[in-house]
Parts: sequence; C-alpha cells; structure tokens
Amino acid sequence: MKLLIKNGHVIDPANGIDEVTDVYINNGEIAEIGKNDDLAGVEMQIIDADGKIVAPGLVDMHVHLREPGQEYKETIETGTLAAVYGGVTSVACMPNTEPVCDNETVVRFIKERAKETGYANVFPVGAVSKGLEGKFLAEIGDMVFSGAVAITDDGHPVENAALMRRAMQYSDMFDITVISHCEDMSLGEGDMNEGAVASELGLRGISPSAEEVMASRDILLAENLGCRVHIAHISTKGTVELVRQAKKRGVKVTCETCPHYFSLTDEACRGYNTNAKMNPPLRTAEDVLAIKEGLKDGTIDCIVTDHAPHHPDEKQCEFGYAKNGIVGLETSLGLGIKNLVNEGYLTMNQLIEKMSKNPSEILGIAKGTLSVGRSADIVIFDPESEWTVDTSKLHSKSKNSPFDGFRLYGKPEYVIVNGNIVINSGELMK
Amino acid sequence: MKQSLLGLENLTAEQINNILSHASEMKKVVLSDNKKITNLQGKTVVNLFYENSTRTRTSFELAAKYMGANAANITSSGSSVEKGETLIDTAETLNAMGTDILVMRHSMSGAPNVIEPLVDASVINAGDGMHEHPTQALLDMLTMIEHKGHIEGLKVAIIGDVYHSRVVRSNIYGLKKLGAEVTLGGPATLMAKDIDKMGVKTFNNVQEAIIDADVVMALRIQLERQKKGLFPSIREYFKFFGIDESRLKLAKPDAIVMHPGPVNRGVELSSTVIDGDRSVITQQVTSGVAVRMAVMDMLINGGF
Ligand SMILES: [Zn+2]
Repeated sequence: MKLLIKNGHVIDPANGIDEVTDVYINNGEIAEIGKNDDLAGVEMQIIDADGKIVAPGLVDMHVHLREPGQEYKETIETGTLAAVYGGVTSVACMPNTEPVCDNETVVRFIKERAKETGYANVFPVGAVSKGLEGKFLAEIGDMVFSGAVAITDDGHPVENAALMRRAMQYSDMFDITVISHCEDMSLGEGDMNEGAVASELGLRGISPSAEEVMASRDILLAENLGCRVHIAHISTKGTVELVRQAKKRGVKVTCETCPHYFSLTDEACRGYNTNAKMNPPLRTAEDVLAIKEGLKDGTIDCIVTDHAPHHPDEKQCEFGYAKNGIVGLETSLGLGIKNLVNEGYLTMNQLIEKMSKNPSEILGIAKGTLSVGRSADIVIFDPESEWTVDTSKLHSKSKNSPFDGFRLYGKPEYVIVNGNIVINSGELMK
Repeated sequence: MKQSLLGLENLTAEQINNILSHASEMKKVVLSDNKKITNLQGKTVVNLFYENSTRTRTSFELAAKYMGANAANITSSGSSVEKGETLIDTAETLNAMGTDILVMRHSMSGAPNVIEPLVDASVINAGDGMHEHPTQALLDMLTMIEHKGHIEGLKVAIIGDVYHSRVVRSNIYGLKKLGAEVTLGGPATLMAKDIDKMGVKTFNNVQEAIIDADVVMALRIQLERQKKGLFPSIREYFKFFGIDESRLKLAKPDAIVMHPGPVNRGVELSSTVIDGDRSVITQQVTSGVAVRMAVMDMLINGGF
C-alpha cells in the first residue's frame, strides 16, 4: 500500500524536521519525507494534512494493560484501542499482571496476545523480582531475549536496596533500564498528599518524602555503579530537583512524569473523588509548577500516562478503600497541548519529543521517529481543534478518569500503525 | 428535597444556631419525667454502625425513641469490604426497608458522602474516620452556650490527637462559624499538617494553647497509637500533654473542661480535673441526646 500525507506540519525531533512537507509511506515503511514531484501520477491513498501536525506515533512507556489476569479491568485489546484513539502507537506494559510478568512465558504470552488482538505495538516490561515480592531477581536475561524492553516492580517499590543494586548491575549486562517506582513504604501509608486538603478531609497524608527518599537512594546506587536508572512517575518538586542535580553530576538517570501531575493538584480529591486517587498522589500547585519547569529545562525526559484501569466497584466506594490510579491513554496528548504547549512550557516539538523519541530511546526500541525505512507509526492532529472529554465514551474498558468535562485540544484525527490507517477521521477503521 | 447532616462544613451560622436553639428546647424533654413526644411518630431510624460505639449509638437510639420513632441498629464489625458488601449494596437494602433517617458511623473518612446520594433516607453522620462528627460538635457548642451564654468571642483550646480526630474538625467548622477563636495543642506527631489553614492556631506546647482559654477540650487518645510509635509512652504523654490542675490554671479562672468521652483517666486529663467542679463532661452526654433529637426532628419536619 502506498500512502501520501500531504502538506502537514511534520515534526520529527529525531531527525530535526519541523516544517510543512509531505510524508510518503510505502509497504508499511516511511519511504520519504519531502516534496517529491516524481510521485505525481502514482496511484496511492492521500491524506490531506493541511493545518495539522504530522508526528511520530506516541510512545507511552508506562501502561497497565491488566492482561493476563485482570481482564475485567482492561485487556490488551481494549487497552491498545484506547491507545490508538489517543494517538499512542506503542505502549510498554507493566508486569503487575496475574501471573506476574516475571518470566519468559508471560512475556511471550503478552506479545502473542498483542499480535492477535492489539491495535498498537506492545512492548512488555518484565519484573525486577520474582512475583514482585522484592526478594529474588526474576529471570531478566530470559525475559530480555524473549522481548522485554525494561524491568520494574512497578506498583511496588523495590524496598531492599541490595536487590535494587543487583537489578541495576544485572540488567546493565543486557543493556536494559531499570524503572524505579519510588516509594518508601514506611512513609507511603496514606490516601492522598499530606497537606491542608488531607487535613481538612481527614484523609491520611503521604509525605513527598516517601517518593524522594527512594529516588535519592536509587540515584546514588546508579551513580555508584555507573548504571542506568529511570525514575517512574515523578510527582514532587523535590524529586525534580534530585534528578536535576544528578544529571548535572553525570548520573545516568532518566525520568518520567504523568499528565495528571502537571494538570491537577490535591484539591481534586475534595468531595472524596476517588478518580483523583493515585499513587504517587496528586500534589500541590508548587509541585505542579516544578514539574512543568522540570519538563521545560529537560530534567524530565518523558510524559507517560501510568494508565491504570479499575472497575467501577473499585472506585465507587470509601476513598480509603478505593484503588489507586486512573486511565490516561486518551487524554495525554490533549493535556500536554493544553497545559504545556499552550502555556508556553514546551514547544510542540518538545512535547512530541517527550512523548515519542525520548521514551523510545530509554527503552531501546525502534520507534518514535519518522526515519526513512522505519515502520510507519504516525499521529495526525489539529492542535487548535478543541474537544471535550466524556469519560463514558472512553474506549478503555474502565472509565476512571478525573478529566470528565475537561476541554482539551488536538484529538488525533489519523493514527497509522505499521503503515496501516487505524484511526481515520477520528474513528476506528473497520 | 431531603436534607442530611454530613458535617458542619456545609452549614451556615444561622443553621447551626437554629439547631442549637431547638436543642435547648429538646433538652427540657430529656430532663423531664415524661420523655415522650410524637415528632417522629411512625418514622424509622436506622443506626448503621461500622465501628463499635455504644455511647453514641445509645444516644441516637434514645433520641429517636423519645420522639416516638422506631429505631433499629445494624452493627457491623469489620469493614464492608471484608464482608463483601459494598456501600452501594447496603444503600439498596436500606431503601428497600423504608428508612427515614440513617445514622451512620464508619471508620473511613467520606463514607457517608458515598452513601448519601444513594439512599432515600436523610443521613446523619455519626462520625466518619478522621473527618467529621457533627452532632458531637453541636453538643459541645450547646454545652458551651449553657455555661458561657454564647460562642462568639470564646477562646476554645482543643488538646490532644488532632490528626486522627473527627471531633476537632467538626468543632473547628462550628466554632469558627459562630465566631469563636480556636487553638490546638498536641504533639507534632499527632498534629495534622497545615491544619492552621482552617483558621486555627496550633501549638506543640500545650501551655501556650491553653493560656486564657474559656474552654479546654481534651481529645481522646486511642491507646493503640502509642503502639504505632506516634508517641513514646502514656506516661510521657500525660507529662507533656495531659491536663492537670496546674496546667488548667493557665486558662481563665472560670474555664470549663470538656472531653468527648470515654476519658482515659490520667492520660488526657487528671482524675482531679475530671471529677473537679470545672468539668462538664457528664452534661455533654445529656446535651448529646438533646442535640440528636433536634437534628432528627428538623431533618424530618422542615429542615435546619
Ligand atoms: Zn508505579
């Protein structure tokens, strides 16, 4: 199949492209970027992208797809459907499934299911420890050779410093990154951010120290070893500063934040709104500002969703009993445009970079660029067209989002995965 | 449109005053020989208690019965989650049984906010986690008015485990709305972060909190907090944060001493203070029945 995307504003940070031009796709691969008169007369499908952004398909390196084991919340099929509706063409899925993705068999199962039912590319992330129990290293080498792109015990911190240190040493041999969910459990017991709102609502507060104490530990471990570490879902001003200083010292640390940490504060928990309950918790306006500054100055490398689907029964209950997490795949681009690009913290080019190129590089996957010869994963959107989030219409199996009714920008109009148009004029291709 | 009482946060000063003046009328009934009025004749009050509290439950039960209502108790030890029944299921059951007033006590903050929109009954929050306990604050204020004649201008010192206390939050809302000054005292490990944003002053030095107070209110310490390491020992707690005769001297000479009960003798208050002539702890209990009668009556018959 031949496809020409005409006259779009093509943004490809990896190749330094940021101009109005054409993208030519042949046999599922990017064949050429630029105006080519030789193509006149060739029979092909044409997408008129006049006035729209044409960018590499987004790469979300922190997603919970829930399959195998918790298919009542989400499946690989529904999770990747939500992804493509959000312009996300590749996801890295977290290992806290049932059974845990801590061995080659589960890695292969996820890849197989993704091939059969997925709408987007799926890259499994393996566990650091067997059963996520924080005791013994999982078979990391086997998992890497069967397709795992990173390791993490996400959902749980690796509490034992020696185990984390060995995980860094061991995964370094296989050239993959350890993703650290930073939470000192002795400080992490609570329902929401510690502060005035928690004190008013009578909810147990989680101090920023819960995140920062472990982030500093893992930065120091990586620094001492000369290994890489990637700090997951940064939520506090203090962690931004820890990473900023570590990068200045040359530590091989990268990090990510989520749209909710630059879009909402702990005020969103008022009324015992369980859709504002997540881990780490929503913080204060000061933290939100620091996250935006960290994105702006390059301290924070990527924007990920931490897409965490939960059944209504797990959210329509007492705040203290409600599960942590929100779905995010369909709102991440819109929140990035509204709160980062339109507010002047990032250029569109930088937003795309943090949502495609950077996570791909951290995971070492051949995604996130429009380089010639790469399989064509592309998102096309109009950054000025406004849309309203209706959580009941989300394509994820779960609807637990705090962004219902939010007015955002840039709903993806076309999404191309491996050269196939999956989303056409905002709707799924039949 | 039904009305509920989930907390004092959303009541106006006028509504609080209306409840308090009606409660003074009801107190006459409580203190009379014939405690039987008919304001809630034919109505059903369900006490749904997820946390054991014989005192509070009995107070609501008597209040309902004095007004001619049918009262039933559902006591559920352990959480609803452990039982496998969600609040949504419980709400449907209560609707099917034809409940007019649901009195709810729950260990989780915000639990009444979850159930209130789902039930036909008016809901009275009888204490939710660390959040609010509105009828307790109302009975505290009624007792203060009985002794001081007014709330406005009073200095109320509340001492103890602020972090875990729903009594303190409801009292802050109520007292501030009626124009009192509130100071909090207690160990830093039992203080709630930034609670001063609710318009109160906080002190770790209890003496400073008590100075010139018209009312000294001690909060109950759950003794298991010590096991969790929030303070070193009961002995040390009393030494630094307990109210004894000498600390009480820092308050105004006619200051009253209150406690939501049950008191740990020699922990929050010394026995001489509890049994002394400035203690109004037993009057608080009587006020409790009166306030609960007033609230239930107003919820069914015309609102606050
Ligand atoms: Zn995590």
